[in-house]
Amino acid sequence: MKKLFLVLPFTLLAAAAMAQIDSTLLRRKPKDAAANALNMNAVYNRPFLSVAKLPVALGGYVEANWQHLGTNGVTEGHQFQMRRMSLFVASTVYKRIKFLSEIEFEDGAKEISLEYAALDMEVHPLFNIRGGIVLNPIGAFNQNHDGPKWEFVDRPISATQLLPDTWSNVGFGVYGKKYQDSWVFAYEAYVTNGFDDRIIDNREGKTFLPAAKQNPARFEESFNGVPLITAKAAIRNKRIAEVGLSYMGGIYNKFQDEGVVLDARRRVDVMALDMNTTLPKLNTAITGEWAWISVDVPATYTQQYANKQRGGFIDFVQPVYKRSLMGFEKSVVNAACRVEYVDWNVGKFEVTGGNIADHLLAVVPALSWRPTSQTVVRLNYRYSWKTDVLGNPPIKTAGFQLGFSSYF
Amino acid sequence: MNRLFIIVITVFITVISCRKTEPSLPADSQMLDGPVEGLTASQAQQFLRGDAAFNDQVFTKETGLGPLFVSASCGSCHAGDGKGHPFTTLTRFGQSDSLGNTFLASGAPQLQNRALPGFDPEHIPAGAPFSKFTPPANTGMGFIDAVTDEDIIAMSDPDDADGDGISGVPNWITLKSYVVPRVGSINKNGHHIGRFGKKSGAYDLVQQTAAAYNQDMGITSTYEPFDTYSGQAIDPEISNQTLLDVVFYLKTLKAPIQRNANSADVVNGKALFLQAGCGKCHVSELKTGASPVAALNYKTFYPYTDLLLHDMGAGLDDGYTEGNAKTSEWRTPALWGLGLSKNSQGGVYYLLHDGRANTIEEAILLHGGEALGSRNKYNALTAKEKQQLITFLESL
Ligand code: HEC
Ligand code: HEC
Repeated sequence: MKKLFLVLPFTLLAAAAMAQIDSTLLRRKPKDAAANALNMNAVYNRPFLSVAKLPVALGGYVEANWQHLGTNGVTEGHQFQMRRMSLFVASTVYKRIKFLSEIEFEDGAKEISLEYAALDMEVHPLFNIRGGIVLNPIGAFNQNHDGPKWEFVDRPISATQLLPDTWSNVGFGVYGKKYQDSWVFAYEAYVTNGFDDRIIDNREGKTFLPAAKQNPARFEESFNGVPLITAKAAIRNKRIAEVGLSYMGGIYNKFQDEGVVLDARRRVDVMALDMNTTLPKLNTAITGEWAWISVDVPATYTQQYANKQRGGFIDFVQPVYKRSLMGFEKSVVNAACRVEYVDWNVGKFEVTGGNIADHLLAVVPALSWRPTSQTVVRLNYRYSWKTDVLGNPPIKTAGFQLGFSSYF
Repeated sequence: MNRLFIIVITVFITVISCRKTEPSLPADSQMLDGPVEGLTASQAQQFLRGDAAFNDQVFTKETGLGPLFVSASCGSCHAGDGKGHPFTTLTRFGQSDSLGNTFLASGAPQLQNRALPGFDPEHIPAGAPFSKFTPPANTGMGFIDAVTDEDIIAMSDPDDADGDGISGVPNWITLKSYVVPRVGSINKNGHHIGRFGKKSGAYDLVQQTAAAYNQDMGITSTYEPFDTYSGQAIDPEISNQTLLDVVFYLKTLKAPIQRNANSADVVNGKALFLQAGCGKCHVSELKTGASPVAALNYKTFYPYTDLLLHDMGAGLDDGYTEGNAKTSEWRTPALWGLGLSKNSQGGVYYLLHDGRANTIEEAILLHGGEALGSRNKYNALTAKEKQQLITFLESL
C-alpha cells in the first residue's frame, strides 16, 4: 500500500507528461549548452566556470548589502550584512547523468547548509529522474532564488515568511519538458521528506511553514514517515508569458510513534500560482507569485495559529537605460518596484466574528544597475506595514538598502 | 552618462541623510509602553531583558508550553502593554464565596481552554460559577505596587461612614508561600491586601507574573512549580532571573501620559467627572512610598483608582469571586490610558471586566450597586456635558 503510494505519483506523472517549471530556465536564454543537454532546470541555468576539459564546473553567487531601517522611530542604525554566499559544483558523470550541488553560507557562516545535491538522469527529454537533496518546486521563487536574478535586496516576504524559501528536502522525482512551436510545457513531481509540527508550534507564535527548516533531521529521516508531494506544471509561450501552477502537500504531525497512535493525521497543503512576462515594446518584466496555504490545526489549539494563509508578490522591472556606463558597455539601469502582501491568518475570530488580521504589506521601489547581466547593484527603499493578529495600528518599517549580488 | 550617475548618487545621499524617509516615533503620550524616566544603566538593561521576555518570548512545546494553556506569550494578550481583546480573554471558575474554590480538582481557578495536540483542554464543570476576564493594560504597575497599605486603607470606608453610598474595601487575601510581604505591609488575621487583578486577588507583581506563566501558558517556575495538567511539581520551565526581569519590566513601565489636558472640553469634563462622584472610586491622585527605583520613590501619580473593591450591583455580578471579595465586587480599574485602549483592542473598545461594553458610555451605564448614584448623576447631564466627560476620559 505504502509502496503503491510512492510509485503512483511517478507513473501518473510520467504518463501525463506535461509541463514543468523551472521558470528561470524558461525565462533566461539558456546561454550555456549544458542546460540544453540535460533537461533543463533553474539550478543548472547558472553561469558556471569550467576549466579546460575537466568534467566539473564551478559557480556561485554572493550577496551583501548595507541598510538603514527604522521601525516606528526606532532604528538599529547602519547595518552591513553579508547575507549569503553560495557555491555550486556541477559535473557530468556520464552522457546524460549529471550531478549538481549547492552549499550556502548564510549571514557569514552562522548557517551553513547543503541546499541542493542531486543526481539527474535523462531517460527521455520528457522523463528525467532526479534524486538527492532537491528544491521543492512550489511557486517560482524557491527554485529560482539566486540573488543576482533579482532587483531587490530582500527576498520576497511570501517566500521567506510564508513559504519556506530554499526549501529543500531529500527525495526523488521526475521532470520533463516539451517544446512545440512557441510553446513549452513542463512538469516536475517529487516525493520528499517534509514538514513537522513546528509549523504550528514555533517562536513566531503563528502558523509558520518556514519553521520546518529548523529541523535539520529532515535530511536523514522523515518526521512521520509520510512523504511530502510536490508537483508543478508550467506552460510558456515565448511571446506571451509563462504561467506555473504548483502544489505541495503532506502530513505534518507525528500521528503515531512506535506503533502507538498519538493524534489524527493533520495535513498541510499549499497551492501556488506564478507567472512572468515581458511586455512587448516597453520591455517591462513582470514577475509574480501567489500562494494559498491550508493547515489542519487541531480544534483544541489557539486561533493564533491559522488554518489558512495566503500571500505573494509582484515585481515590475523597467529597463530605463541600456548603454555603456562607467566603462561597462552592456550596462542596464532598471527602475523597479515590488509590491508584496502576506496574510498569515485568514479567518474570523470565533469569539467576536471579527477579522483576524496578522498581515503585512510592503512596497519596495528600486533602482538597479547591471554592469553585466550576472551582477546587480541595487538600491531599494522599503516601506512595510505590519499589523498584529488583533488588527491594531500597523508597525511601520522603512528605510534604504544598498547592495550588490553577483555570480562568480 | 556620467551625469546620470552623479544625479543618482546625489539623490541617494540627500535622501538617506534625511531621516524623514523612516517612520517617526509616535509621541510618548500616544504609547503605553516604554520605561519610567531616570533608570540607571543596569536598570535599563534589566528593563530590556524583561521587555524581550514579555513581548518576544513565545513558548513552544519544546520550551514548556502547556500542555494546557490559554496563550503562548505574555505579549499576545497584552499587546503594546494595552488592554486585551475577547480573543485573549481568560475564564476563571469555581468560587462563589470567601470559603474558597470548590472546583480545584477540576482545574479551577483558571480555565485552560487550549491544549497541545493530543491533549484535551479543560471545560467549565457543570454548575461551576465562572467569570470572564479581559486583559487590563499593564501600565504604571510599579506606581500601583508602591502605594502603601495605609494609603489604601485610608481610602476604604467599609461601613460607609460618610453615608455617600460608597463603601470600598480591600481584598484581604492569603499570601502565597513564595510572596515576600512589602516592608510595612499590614497583616490582618493572617491576611494581606491584594491589589492586582480584577478582584484584587494578587498581592504583588511576582505573584501576578508567576501565576500568569503557570496558569496562562502552562510554564512552571520555582515559584509555581505545579504543572496545570498533571498537578505534579515539575522542573522549572523558566529561570527565576527571567521571571524577576519581567517583574522589573512591569514595575518600571511608565505611567500613561494625558493628552490635551488643557483643552476646554477636557477641563470641563474633569469637573463633571468629579461632580458626578466618579472620582470617589476612580481616585485621581495617589502617591507611592519608598522604592529603590528613583522614578517610583515617593511620587504622586494619577491612575483614577482607589485599588478597592466595590459592589457594582447585580448586573456585573457573575457569581464568581476570589479571596474575600464578594461576587458582585470588583476592584476599581485604573482609568489612565483609557483613551489609548483601542490601539491594543483592534480598533474598538472592550471595557469592564469581561469586555462587554463597546463604548465608554456603555461602561458607565452598566455601573450599578455603589456606583448607582454616580451613574444617575451622569444620566442627568446634558448631551454636551456627557460628551465633555467622555472627552476627558479619552484624554487619559
Ligand atoms: C491569556 C491571556 C494572558 C496572558 C498570556 C497573560 N496575561 Fe496577564 N492578564 C490577563 C488577564 C485576563 C488579566 C486580568 C486577570 C485578573 O484580573 O486576575 C491579566 C492581568 C495581568 C496583570 C495585572 C494587571 C492589573 O491591573 O492588575 C499583570 C501585571 C499581568 N497580567 C502580567 C502578565 C505577564 C507578566 C504575563 C506573562 C508571564 C501575562 N500577564 C500573560 C491575560 C493574560
Ligand atoms: C462605586 C465605585 C465607582 C464609581 C462611583 C464609578 N465607578 Fe467606574 N468603575 C468601577 C468599577 C468597580 C469598575 C469595573 C467594573 C467591571 O469591571 O465590571 C468601573 C469601570 C469603569 C469604566 C471601564 C473601565 C475599564 O477599563 O473597563 C469606566 C470607563 C468607568 N468606570 C467610568 C466611570 C465614570 C465616568 C463614573 C462616574 C459617572 C464612574 N466610573 C463611577 C467603580 C466605580
